[in-house]
Amino acid sequence: MSTQIAAITNVKTGAISEAVYEHPFIVRLCHWVNALALLVLVFSGLQIFRAFPSFGAKIPQKDLLHWPKAYALGGWLGGGLQWHLTFMWIYIGTGLLYLTYEIFSRNYKQVLFMPRDIRGVWPMVHHYFFFGPKPYVREAYNPLQKLAYTSAIVLGALSVLTGLAIWKPVQFSWLAWLMGGFHWARLWHFAVMWAILAFLFGHLVMVVLHGWNNFVSMLTGWKKDPEYL
Amino acid sequence: MNLRTDSRQFKRINRRELLKLSPVLALGAFAVPRLQKPLLKTGLAFSDWASARLFRSGHLARTFDDSELTPFARFPINGYDVDDPGVDFDNWTLTVSGAVQKPGDYTLAQIQTLPKFRQNTRHVCIEGWDVIGRFGGARLADFLQMIGADPAARFITVQCADDYYESLDTATARHPQSLLCYEMYDQPLTREHGAPLRLNIPTKIGYKQAKYLTDLKVSHVLEKAGYWEDQGYSEFYGL
Repeated sequence: MSTQIAAITNVKTGAISEAVYEHPFIVRLCHWVNALALLVLVFSGLQIFRAFPSFGAKIPQKDLLHWPKAYALGGWLGGGLQWHLTFMWIYIGTGLLYLTYEIFSRNYKQVLFMPRDIRGVWPMVHHYFFFGPKPYVREAYNPLQKLAYTSAIVLGALSVLTGLAIWKPVQFSWLAWLMGGFHWARLWHFAVMWAILAFLFGHLVMVVLHGWNNFVSMLTGWKKDPEYL
Repeated sequence: MNLRTDSRQFKRINRRELLKLSPVLALGAFAVPRLQKPLLKTGLAFSDWASARLFRSGHLARTFDDSELTPFARFPINGYDVDDPGVDFDNWTLTVSGAVQKPGDYTLAQIQTLPKFRQNTRHVCIEGWDVIGRFGGARLADFLQMIGADPAARFITVQCADDYYESLDTATARHPQSLLCYEMYDQPLTREHGAPLRLNIPTKIGYKQAKYLTDLKVSHVLEKAGYWEDQGYSEFYGL
């Protein structure tokens, strides 16, 4: 799949600018549906967590943290589970559709972190966090972005696998076993959620820093005046 | 360059691409109060359907060594209203009805004539905690044979002395680890743990492990799924 590039003549000034079609429709659709599903899963998941906010024994019970009811979805445990067990299918569905599309369209090359990208990670970290010079960019995603997005996809897969191990610890006993049993799978599922939230925080900071054209590209697919052309 | 356009035309292209995303707004249906309940009910029903497909009748729940047992004193007592509904042991029977050849009242002694099985299995509560307990009793499958249950029947429903009620699909009921349990930790059931008879179904979630059984019905249609199911929990909840 070759990237579509547009040359745009401004009707008033006659100036020519460029735009790149960065995000195909399926990717954008999956992105937004998955983002909403993720939010529902986080807040309904915290509702479920509230029923037993611990990873230790039931007797005696030592709570890990008190999550306020106002920041949890579903009203009670049963409601939280209904949201969770409904939106997990939407989350899994968009995840699978996205992965299938990426593989068959070969669009994954845009985002998949490969060994050759390792070299470029540090210069980007140096630039973002230590005010180093901006490395030369030739692609839609720089090596650090590829690392972040590839990690996010791995975390998404882990959230599903740890979730399956909690939901079906007998039928997917091998999954639960891989995670150290039902008890630990529950802790992993919780930890993966926080890892995803950490990614989300960084993602949102970067969205703000990269400005409007970049944000719009996830809505329309087209990114105006990309820096790498 | 494979697209030459002007700024006005480009705006139109962008608008069209944005509109393509409008199906995302369909998720807004979940925010409509009137639609929310039925939608979530459908989602839960779909999960139950998938759960039933995932159930394998020959697949055993993991069993544990005695050293891995949660001490009896730390096995939670989870009654839905009272810990002890005051069952009269002397006159207790399990009343069997429905699609069976031999309905009637069964005494504990009759149930105990069936082969006894003991197992150390995990009890998982919907709240998220889990304990490993030791359970002993007769296989529900053997009891179903004793009462001549219709093999085509699809559900087992039970009534409890404290007005709790529950249900099982027959595939799960016939699972080799599904017990009519009268012993925990090699001792007769205590009142708090459901004496004289409770369910021990290691392939199901905790609220399905009904205690102080008084009635058992074999049926083709599910009339009452269960106390918690009626509050909004999953009907199938297989582990």
